[in-house]
Amino acid sequence: MLRNTSESPGVLFPRDLDWHPPAYSPGYKSSVARSPRLPLMSIQPTTADLTGPRFGHSELGPLDNDLLLNFCQPGGSPIGERIIVHGRVLDETGRGVAGVLVEMWQANAGGRYRHRNDTYLAPIDPNFGGCGRTITDDQGHYVFRTIRPGPYPWENGPNAWRPSHIHFSLFGHAFAQRLITQMYFEGDPLIPHCPIVATIPDKAAVERLIAPLDLNHSIPHDLLAYRFDIVLRGSRSTIFENRLEGN
Amino acid sequence: MAQKLDYLKETPSQTAGPYVHIGLVPRQAGFEIYDNNFGNVIPGKGERIRIRGRVIDGTGAPLNDVLVETWQADASGSFTNPEFRGWARAGSDFETGEWVIETVRPGAAPNRDGATLAPQILFWIVARGINIGLNTRMYFPEDAAANAADPVFRKVPPHRRETLLAQPGDRVDGVQEYRFDIHLQGARETVFFDV
Ligand SMILES: [Fe+2]
Repeated sequence: MLRNTSESPGVLFPRDLDWHPPAYSPGYKSSVARSPRLPLMSIQPTTADLTGPRFGHSELGPLDNDLLLNFCQPGGSPIGERIIVHGRVLDETGRGVAGVLVEMWQANAGGRYRHRNDTYLAPIDPNFGGCGRTITDDQGHYVFRTIRPGPYPWENGPNAWRPSHIHFSLFGHAFAQRLITQMYFEGDPLIPHCPIVATIPDKAAVERLIAPLDLNHSIPHDLLAYRFDIVLRGSRSTIFENRLEGN
Repeated sequence: MAQKLDYLKETPSQTAGPYVHIGLVPRQAGFEIYDNNFGNVIPGKGERIRIRGRVIDGTGAPLNDVLVETWQADASGSFTNPEFRGWARAGSDFETGEWVIETVRPGAAPNRDGATLAPQILFWIVARGINIGLNTRMYFPEDAAANAADPVFRKVPPHRRETLLAQPGDRVDGVQEYRFDIHLQGARETVFFDV
């Protein structure tokens, strides 16, 4: 069960760091003391960077991607809008990526996390844990069932609120593809006010984090669906690489 | 007009936020939700080692809400051994900020360009206030010759190489301990990589 990739995914495309949020983003106060001050050192990815663990479906439990049930008391159900969040994990060449470990965590419908440091006055939901995980199928598809998380206040300013969001963690085939991001909901009026959203300089990049309502995949009388596609770094073949012996 | 390149852009990163423990190490956060939890111990053949460290911010305070992940070769230097998964994750202690990884000492490994990678452990660091995961790597001070030939380590300016070296500690129950503190800022700022 403890397996590594059997082959390297090739050499990854360079990361466009102007597209990602800069480490130092003073509008998001926590980044000030937690951002490196010296430039990142650019390196040619090594075999270590281009390999990674492989995850098997048998490592996960049958309810791991179902937040409506995975922390539920017998006969209970979490409070909130029941939703499906689904999509595909692609690489930058547009190919679906199979075998990606997708992990997510979120607040409950009232905006409260099941975490010892979250003291927001909205109540804990006894039927809601707030995390899930799955592995993409051979086309790169994933799906979760959950409730829509509520907005919550935080300490970035005197009246700062996070829009409703779900944290996503993605593990592709190479350690250098590792990514954490957040999904937002189409139409949420808090999105333009959020200092964490605003760490991303490019509006087109922000839009990539906003999941649209997907009525086609909604289940009548049961669940609304939101679609969130995620793109991991792509790779090129290594067949024309020079072997830079000893360089 | 030239043909249009139809590459997609990578999904932009966002901070892991203050509650990354519940998402990625829920058992450490105090709740049981999964039967099988990913953790901070890498089983496998070879010399057992234990790495302790903290991630320290620009004010000198350890991050008590940080998550680190590590990736390494097996004891013989293979990244593709089907019997060994060289990956671990650890959340920091909520009070002290210390994290612990227990693993086997990695071997030197062949690189794709024909060079040899010194024994090393890759680190990926996420937390509140970190907008995109930080990449660094830990080398062993005992391997001075191998480090000097490593294609990455040798390109690090000499005065900053120390930030990538583990500090040997005691042997505890036959396990060699190391300390690897990661400094986000300041005179000892760790070298972070754009890979
Ligand atoms: Fe959050």
